[in-house]
Amino acid sequence: MANKIRVATTSLAGCFGCHMSFLDIDERMLQLAEAVEFGRSPINDIEHCTDCDIGLIEGGVCNSENVHVLREFRKNCKILVAVGACAINGGVPALRNYIPLEECLSEAYLDGIGVENPQIPSDPELPLLLDKVRPIHEVVKIDYFLPGCPPSADVFWKFLTDLIDGREPSLPYELVHYD
Amino acid sequence: MSKNITIDGKTIPFEDGQTIMDAAMAADIYIPHLCHQPEFTPHGSCKLCTIKVNGRNCTACTFPAMAGQEVLSETQELIDDRKKITQMLFVEGNHFCPACEKTGNCQLQAVAYHLNMLDDHFTHFYPSREMDASHADVMIDHNRCIFCTLCVRASQQKDGKDVFAISGRGINRHLIINSESGLLKDTDLDATDQAAHICPTGAILIKRTGYQVPIGERIYDHKEIDQVSLETEHHQHGE
Repeated sequence: MANKIRVATTSLAGCFGCHMSFLDIDERMLQLAEAVEFGRSPINDIEHCTDCDIGLIEGGVCNSENVHVLREFRKNCKILVAVGACAINGGVPALRNYIPLEECLSEAYLDGIGVENPQIPSDPELPLLLDKVRPIHEVVKIDYFLPGCPPSADVFWKFLTDLIDGREPSLPYELVHYD
Repeated sequence: MSKNITIDGKTIPFEDGQTIMDAAMAADIYIPHLCHQPEFTPHGSCKLCTIKVNGRNCTACTFPAMAGQEVLSETQELIDDRKKITQMLFVEGNHFCPACEKTGNCQLQAVAYHLNMLDDHFTHFYPSREMDASHADVMIDHNRCIFCTLCVRASQQKDGKDVFAISGRGINRHLIINSESGLLKDTDLDATDQAAHICPTGAILIKRTGYQVPIGERIYDHKEIDQVSLETEHHQHGE
């Protein structure tokens, strides 16, 4: 097990679609597992990011916990990667950026159709929402970007095998798309 | 005797009255551009076609070709500049490709792909902009407007109308509609007008036509914009 490349992954303000797409590398996962072991990731339920070579971040930053997790990844990962449209430009969650936060919360928890016992959730365990959803490069330094909604399995495969084999990662035209 | 310029060391001919963009296109050389279409008066506003002419930066779509010019286009410096310009266009508006009908057929997106733009680099503005869905057949999403003025020029020069204009400056610049109410429904715009089809992004869309072409068959799915541009715009330049 020595000298395996350690990879951590997380989904911040994302939908886990990028993680699902990552799993779409299918049987190539076995090949990947020969060179890679996973640190914190929803794949294994490890909760904290410790020293890793590569951190894959799905989703933008929408609350205080996202910021905390993102900073933990930056601190512990040699290479940090923005994965997918939301990590890169905020994506669909950032569509709330044009609506004041108070109006968003009111619509969801006070005035929305079918709301019972209307109240804004205020449990201290809940992370506070940021006023705007932000892409992750606005919070920490990002080393590589994998665009796509989601990036295809081949994007993950090309990027990770490039890195594992010691090449500078590069995506051919067919693998670069924003949708 | 024909006159010549060089672009990246390649000698190409030009005729009097041609811009450097005209001459390049006629010689099958692609220079990235968004606000330029050969059938309209050049506007020179998107700056993507910035080239170096005898050591000085100019926009290829507006600069006249003159004998002996040494033009640089595909230098790393100019490619990097074009990528930064494109990133600025992305963060200045609200360009969420996964939620846009134009994706796959969008010139802004295709230029970004061509430049291998993988991120937006800058801090996002997230400006608050309106949509105008008042017209029966055409809708405008101001979030995606890059102020290229192609719709303004198409309406005036091809459709014989005057539906659009650009108002304001800097970050307050915006597309305005020529009607008392400011709404598209109160103009004489028709869905068949060239102005309704000319938008390089998803800012002006024809209603009920979205997502009709499946992924894999869209304009830029397999062809880069340089190839598409030379195939479709080359002949218009030759006219």
